Amino acid sequence: MSAETTTPATDNVSLYDVDNPAPVIEPPRARTKKTPKSTRTNFELYGWLFMRLSGVVLVVLVLGHLLIQLVLDGGVSKIGFAFVAGRWASPFWQAWDLIMLWLAMLHGANGLRTVINDYAERPKTRFWLKNLLYAATVFTVLLGTLVIFTFDPNIR
Amino acid sequence: MSTPTLEKSAASAESEAPAHLITVTFRVRRFNPEISDQATWQDFQLEIDPKERVLDGLHKIKWDHDGTLTFRRSCAHGICGSDAMRINGKNRLACKTLIKDINPSKPITVEPIKGLTVLKDLVVDMEPFFQAYRDVMPFLITKGNEPTRERLQSAEDRERFDDTTKCILCAACTSSCPVFWNDGQYFGPAAIVNAHRFIFDSRDEAGEQRLEILNDKDGVWRCRTTFNCTDACPRGIEVTKAIQEVKRALITRRF
Repeated sequence: MSAETTTPATDNVSLYDVDNPAPVIEPPRARTKKTPKSTRTNFELYGWLFMRLSGVVLVVLVLGHLLIQLVLDGGVSKIGFAFVAGRWASPFWQAWDLIMLWLAMLHGANGLRTVINDYAERPKTRFWLKNLLYAATVFTVLLGTLVIFTFDPNIR
Repeated sequence: MSTPTLEKSAASAESEAPAHLITVTFRVRRFNPEISDQATWQDFQLEIDPKERVLDGLHKIKWDHDGTLTFRRSCAHGICGSDAMRINGKNRLACKTLIKDINPSKPITVEPIKGLTVLKDLVVDMEPFFQAYRDVMPFLITKGNEPTRERLQSAEDRERFDDTTKCILCAACTSSCPVFWNDGQYFGPAAIVNAHRFIFDSRDEAGEQRLEILNDKDGVWRCRTTFNCTDACPRGIEVTKAIQEVKRALITRRF
């Protein structure tokens, strides 16, 4: 029966022929014999485990944090310098916020690292995206840690 | 002598043909690098028995309508794993998919599997797939002298890896994996399944080596458990479960 093309047939046929075939489209980063062999480290294993364990802890920490900050005792309207100063006077809340900061940042950074590994095709793009990610992570973690430890409620 | 009877039966089959035949549109993804660098959809109208398979439809096209249609098939009975393709957006074996099961009232789309280089029409370059397969050492490795008799194994020990022995290397799972689409360096479900088959074989002694290979950055930890592979497997292998079992083996080995 009739064989019809759904897309209009292009008439510039002369471009490719048997001796001069069109280049085939290689998928990104195909596996070849030259693909690097095992590095024999457990980094990915620990990264995977860390995501699971930190995720469980973060459920408690983040939901508790949101509940205290946004829902209980007047909600978001109560938050001010005095409220934060009052909470950070207690080592318990300092520890809570410190652990939450570190776990959330590392959890998020590792998640983004896997996203970059999955979706950035060119090695250079990967390299720079990951460097940017690591720089942002280190900066945020260090700044947050510094503030938690050096917070001065009597600042003027 | 038998020819007249054959012709008779063929003729009678043809005369009653319209009763059970339906018209199906096959929408095939065509690519021929000797003509164009663009892949295009081409429609074929076929009169076909809905109880036939998609592969029969492709045969009809190739034999009766357009001999340039290129696809792989060897045994045509779901064992060799040559004719995995993307049918109506899902990876299946063309020889195991009945036309009546995939809504023949709409056009049936047939594409090459994704994530591998298309060479022509439905034929892809399987080399990266088989490279990953070779990299996990899919063969029995033992130490010491060869036994004079066969290597015995209890029924329970055999049962442990029974599911993953069913793999036919059709690449339906690997080419349905979104991680593999974006990064072909990932071993892919099929290679992990075939590693699983030997890692959990009580007769094999290189499980450690294979676990070490799959522990790497392109190994099992890249799996996002999207279950595409389990859905795609034409043999019904629980692929994602096998990958998770390898992950568990890696963790319990370490801790």
